[in-house]
Amino acid sequence: MGVRFLLDGEVVEIADVDPTATLLDHLRYNMGRTGTKEGCAEGDCGACTVLVGELAGDNVQWRAVNACITFLPMLDGRALMTVESLGCADGTLNPLQACMAANGSSQCGFCTPGFVMSLHGRCIGASGHDLPVADVIAGNLCRCTGYGPILAAGEETGPLTRDDAAAVLALKNLSSRETVSGNHQGRQWFAPRTGAALAELLVEHPGARMVAGATDVGLWVTKGLRTIETLIFLANIDELRGIEEDAKGLRLGAGVRYADAHAALARLHPDLGELVRRIGGLQVRNAGTVGGNIANGSPIGDGPPALIAMGAELTLRSREGRRTIPLEAYFLDYGKQDRKPGEFVESVWIPRPAKDAVVHISKLSLRFDSDISAVCGAFNLSVAAGTITSARIAFGGMAATPRRAHACEAALTGRPFTRATFDDAAAALRIDYAPLTDVRGSSEYRLEAAASLLLRLWHGVQGDAVSVLDRRIAHG
Amino acid sequence: MAERDLDRPVRAKPSHPHDSARLHVSGLARYADDVAEPADMLHLAFGQSSQAHARITSMDLDAVRAAPGVVAVFTAADIPGVNDVSPVAGDDRLLADGEVLYVGQAVFLVAANSQMAARRAARLGRIDYEPLPALLDIAAAQAAGSRIEPTQRMARGDVEPALAAAPFSITGGFDIGGQDHFYLEGQVAVATPGEDGQMHILSSTQHPSEVQHLVAHMLHCSSADVTVEVRRMGGAFGGKETQAALFAGAAALVAHRTGRPAKFRCDRDDDMAMTGKRHAFRIGYDVGFDARGQVLALKLRLASRCGATVDLSPAINDRAMFHADNCYYLPAVEIVSERLRTNTVSDTAFRGFGGPQGMIAIERIMDDVAAHLGLDPLDVRTTNLYRPGRDVTPYGMTIVDNIAPQIIDRLRADACYDARSREIAAFNAASPVIRKGIALTPVKFGISFTTTHLNQAGALVLVYADGSIQINHGGTEMGQGLYIKVAQVVADVFAVPIDRVRITATRTDKVPNTSATAASSGADLNGMAAYNAAMTIRQRLTDFAARTFNCSVEAVHFTPEGVIAGKENLSFAQLCRKAHIGRISLASTGYYATPDIAYDRAAHKGRPFYYFAYGAAVSEVAVDLLTGEHKVLQVDIIHDVGRSLNPAIDTGQIEGGFLQGQGWLTTEELVFDDKGRLLTHSPATYKIPTASDRPLRMTISLWDGENVQPTINRSKAVGEPPFMLAISVFSALARAIASVAPDKRALPSLSAPATPERILRAVREHRAQ
Repeated sequence: MGVRFLLDGEVVEIADVDPTATLLDHLRYNMGRTGTKEGCAEGDCGACTVLVGELAGDNVQWRAVNACITFLPMLDGRALMTVESLGCADGTLNPLQACMAANGSSQCGFCTPGFVMSLHGRCIGASGHDLPVADVIAGNLCRCTGYGPILAAGEETGPLTRDDAAAVLALKNLSSRETVSGNHQGRQWFAPRTGAALAELLVEHPGARMVAGATDVGLWVTKGLRTIETLIFLANIDELRGIEEDAKGLRLGAGVRYADAHAALARLHPDLGELVRRIGGLQVRNAGTVGGNIANGSPIGDGPPALIAMGAELTLRSREGRRTIPLEAYFLDYGKQDRKPGEFVESVWIPRPAKDAVVHISKLSLRFDSDISAVCGAFNLSVAAGTITSARIAFGGMAATPRRAHACEAALTGRPFTRATFDDAAAALRIDYAPLTDVRGSSEYRLEAAASLLLRLWHGVQGDAVSVLDRRIAHG
Repeated sequence: MAERDLDRPVRAKPSHPHDSARLHVSGLARYADDVAEPADMLHLAFGQSSQAHARITSMDLDAVRAAPGVVAVFTAADIPGVNDVSPVAGDDRLLADGEVLYVGQAVFLVAANSQMAARRAARLGRIDYEPLPALLDIAAAQAAGSRIEPTQRMARGDVEPALAAAPFSITGGFDIGGQDHFYLEGQVAVATPGEDGQMHILSSTQHPSEVQHLVAHMLHCSSADVTVEVRRMGGAFGGKETQAALFAGAAALVAHRTGRPAKFRCDRDDDMAMTGKRHAFRIGYDVGFDARGQVLALKLRLASRCGATVDLSPAINDRAMFHADNCYYLPAVEIVSERLRTNTVSDTAFRGFGGPQGMIAIERIMDDVAAHLGLDPLDVRTTNLYRPGRDVTPYGMTIVDNIAPQIIDRLRADACYDARSREIAAFNAASPVIRKGIALTPVKFGISFTTTHLNQAGALVLVYADGSIQINHGGTEMGQGLYIKVAQVVADVFAVPIDRVRITATRTDKVPNTSATAASSGADLNGMAAYNAAMTIRQRLTDFAARTFNCSVEAVHFTPEGVIAGKENLSFAQLCRKAHIGRISLASTGYYATPDIAYDRAAHKGRPFYYFAYGAAVSEVAVDLLTGEHKVLQVDIIHDVGRSLNPAIDTGQIEGGFLQGQGWLTTEELVFDDKGRLLTHSPATYKIPTASDRPLRMTISLWDGENVQPTINRSKAVGEPPFMLAISVFSALARAIASVAPDKRALPSLSAPATPERILRAVREHRAQ
């Protein structure tokens, strides 16, 4: 079976699909839609930003994604909007485009279509639309303008109404209730609709590679030039998309994209919200999932350390059933996770922090937005009558896996909430970790900065300004 | 227009939007990779050196040839003519010939049916190497005495005695990292073979003529057989001045050898590994000064990493020397510039062309002097400014257009520098974690190619009988707005609306022997050449109108309401039609060569620049003493573009240049490992500024003045100078760090880029000493 998607009201059908062919290449070299550009082919520059729409009840939920690391089968049953979709046949520009053209928002113009699509997404209420303009375009790089005229155009352009009624009907016709699959020169792909179907597929195809948002696997192809024989795409599995919030905590299905988890995580704790805001750009958060960020086991993934500190539990599922483990137990060693053959990550449960808990989460990176952590620290302390009664602390970037800081926790637990305690606990981090030196930071910097993050918590509790991003800094 | 007419003062021109703005926002602006591919197009990839320095002992390319989709594989032996893609020295091989000089160097070339097939196959080559000693950084090259040319010395006065006699002196130094251009459109070229040995190349290059000449030599044909075309680049910044030739040369070789069109669209990571960057510098200085901070003597050492080949490094390092004075008079000075040959990719042109490295050196010296004396750095700067009687540069050029003092005074007042400095001191005294710093730094940037013969340009203006106008010139459009500026110049000559002027792609078959669009010179040179071409036609039309309508030539006027000839008033189109019937040529070339410049490189004396562009910026930053993070809070800029050809375009250049400079000094870090491999070869690890890195508050004002030289509209060049306004960020960061020991008479040790790690180290060291 081929891939079918909706583009400007027409169904596009591609009969024979290489399962790791990218949407970007298809648009540019097979469809003549060259407005979408390749700047990096790794999801970091946003020049290839397009909007992908999914049926959400009787609406289309649009989201900006990077076409360069979107595999074609991921588009099946969805709607697509490219920069060519926006203008009118008579050459008239839409209000956003007109504003950008008049504002000097483009110089060389190469990144411009990507910015247009990100900001157009904001205008039409796409996923992440409620963020400030600078956050909406954090995943778009411009080397010419200095961004001012682009930010201004984003601020000046109001909401645009869209009539997606016809698209809703068409998408209902396109969507399949069953597993979709394809075969290209012996290489197979599947897109199951249910967890049960996924569990079966994992037994039948033990070597298959599961792909959620492809924000990581996409680069295996575009940069690693790898050939992947069998792929299972997870985005059609609605039951992995659940967000359940109650008084005890928050359960996120593994397939929940970070953009969709953002609000719920921010309600759990504001620092979680700020952390999510700084995971990738919006295009990456619109594709990348909470489960994928855990499942791939990266030592520098930003979700796991925070969730470990919060006391999260992970549920894995297979044809044989489910098992639930503490999230920290999932990470065995570098590149090695506790996921048995046939298992997939189904959901993660995060307990709501206690009312008296002191929670602090900090990410250190070379650049604030759309960068990977050098160090990510998460602290969850319980304090009663001036004494720290319990401490859960986890770091990313400090070891081969996201890992608890047990010595540091011990140095805090049962001790008074004083600077001396924090100095001792900060020193104990050198017992917990012996980080590597790499391009994101030297071992010594990581150790020093990790200690600093604990002290930042202490200063924050004292009421000191502890972040250069604190808007109060700029005005006083 | 070019000549000063005191009765008619020149004004800033209106801000027409970028000519391609509508195409940019609708995705319809075509770049080289957007042209529809013919079915038989070949796609290319290089097999690259894995070694920093080695002799190739054998190459087994059988697996490459056998890979799916591969059509042909080429090595140096397949090049019919000269194996060279260098701008000057003849030392850049298209494909390695026996020896590799850096990791990533092109060794062989794969042509395949798809880009992916070519890239996959390129990784299958088996090359055996005999390793040779590799020099990977400035220190190693210095130790080995490895240089691309002899060390250069620019000097005035007796430095040693002046240093010895100075009441105060400091010895200091710091390192400055390189910078990747990160143009959003990577390197790309499409070569299409024509009949009878001709070759057409669509190249994303700032220097079409150089690509043309190199390809002609490589294919052993004449320049007349090769046409290079570029409508626009998706950014360049100097990175496509010489570096485009590698990819254009490869495409031309394959097209020539196979008879099929060939495209080289370079992958981003390969692009970053294979193409040159801004030079990294190591700065050392001995400075002597008096109690007011006035510099009495300076010995400055500028050592740069040039990479494996010469490229443009001599001129780039010359420009570092030229700008080591910035706006300051240095009575006794010796600038020693060491150009080091390393086994890394050859460093190349990048906005500012060495100027930024020289300029940041003297600005840091000003900061160091101020810290040593406990003075406000801005007061030290103003004490040292060029002024009458102290107005000759270290290279012997008298400065006649010095407006730096006025710009600094205005900005100091407008940006409330002194009040904010006091507020910041109070804030810092009460803030344990977050500290602020503020700095005002000026810019004086010399305009002209310092290689004098490059200061020339040509243009071709065609007026059609319907009154529409086509213009072509040697300059290339990389986003800087050159095309719209030149179109405005021509439209103004004929007093027609801008939409009567069709701007066409830069092509070597229309205007020959052009210089690179570089050195900020695009509008100065090509604008004047186009002006001269248009004026030739206007003169013919004037003479024709005077004859036809029986009036004097003085009675012929081109106005927005049409052409007035005595009592007649007719539209420009009507006049063109009449002139065509009257057998008047409506086409002309135009030419311009910058006057009055000359430079004796052996002595490092002369007048290398036609004029200077000035500016100043105040930057305020916040630094986190715990983590080393920082944020640029506010930036206020006054910049001098003379009488602007297009204020909106110029303001865009200033803002964009500033942020690019800010990236160079803060987040953009090139890291090479001990094998000479670039580790930061993608946007995942190499971090240019994002929208949120833009200063929270930013104001940009154009200085109200005009060029003292008769440039086009009395405007000034704008491409490069604003880049160096960002030096104020680096100075402000050092000042914020200094707040951890406010009574200490020393400048915190800080190298660029000021990453969180470097800032944190500087905080620790400044506290400790």
